Amino acid sequence: MNDKRYVSRTTAIAARVLGDETMVMSAANSTLFTLDEVATVIWEAADGATPLEEIVTKRICTQFDVTPEVALRDAESFVEQLAEHGLVVCSDRPIAQSSSSPRVNP
Amino acid sequence: MPGVTAAQRPSTVVEIGGLPIRLGCDDPSFIALLVERYAGYVSASDQASFDFEIELAPPGTESGDEDLSVAWNSGRWLIERGDFRAEWNPSTARGRIKQTINPYSLDSVLRIVHTLLLARKGGFLVHASSAIRNGRAFLFSGVSGAGKTTIARLAPPDAALLTDEISYVTRQNDRYFAVGTPFFGELARVGENLRAPIACVYLLAKGPENKIEPVEGADAIRGLLGNILFFARDPEFVNLVFDSAFEFVSRVPVRRLTFVPNAAIWELII
Repeated sequence: MNDKRYVSRTTAIAARVLGDETMVMSAANSTLFTLDEVATVIWEAADGATPLEEIVTKRICTQFDVTPEVALRDAESFVEQLAEHGLVVCSDRPIAQSSSSPRVNP
Repeated sequence: MPGVTAAQRPSTVVEIGGLPIRLGCDDPSFIALLVERYAGYVSASDQASFDFEIELAPPGTESGDEDLSVAWNSGRWLIERGDFRAEWNPSTARGRIKQTINPYSLDSVLRIVHTLLLARKGGFLVHASSAIRNGRAFLFSGVSGAGKTTIARLAPPDAALLTDEISYVTRQNDRYFAVGTPFFGELARVGENLRAPIACVYLLAKGPENKIEPVEGADAIRGLLGNILFFARDPEFVNLVFDSAFEFVSRVPVRRLTFVPNAAIWELII
């Protein structure tokens, strides 16, 4: 059984990095979220292809003073919150990110 | 932008933010009502960029508890609420509105149409009163009860009031302008049909003394985005307006204005 977890940003959002933070707006309800420095690292790495555990060990634990166990637990909690708001999707398999261009209406 | 030829049925052209929209209806008394409602914004020209036909529904047919819905479907925007149903095809420059005789239903449709159009040009509508003084525009932004109308009421005689409720922000090259609108709040007064470059946006807060503090970075973005009107739950539209807010904050100062409600506050608005 594959116990890896993959996380992918959805397309129903608007996001922009501002300093160490990332501001994310849900297109579903215009709610604005602010991600701190650690959350921003996870957000940017959430490409649907990299397991969350790898993001934690290679990106979080190398940049921040935290143990892998604590960092993984916090990261899982964080992505669950994002998923509840529709900002990411999670899967136990790699997630193909949408390659389609945004619709352009006249 | 496509032009529209003059319609044969009774109509009037309402021009807000330099965008003329023809409103046609079989009932001439409703057109007369619109001419009165949008006084100061009725164009002297019959030329329009967009054409809306209004069908009046019998009184009492509205459903007051239906939430607003703005959705892109098959090449047109569908805009619905309990008191109106509208569809608008930007590529043909034509739309239809079914509503009761209440002109405030049309107000809502026009706000939404302008919001959708402004998004493509880097502009937006924002919950803010605004006024021009000495050739510069000032926006006073906040949620309901923050003091938008209060600030507008306290404005000195030399200030031209653009709106006490919904400010219209346009972008021209790298500059942002505030434009007068007929959309009013408690003041129940149509704004002056003027425009001026925006000097500052004040985020309103009530407090024990008058005070102005700079607001920068993420705080400025949060303050502005919290008051921008997002009608459409559409990823592309939300991205456009989201990016516009960032661009705006990078070019226009944002400050927090804490104030007590007396005319002295305008001495700080320079």
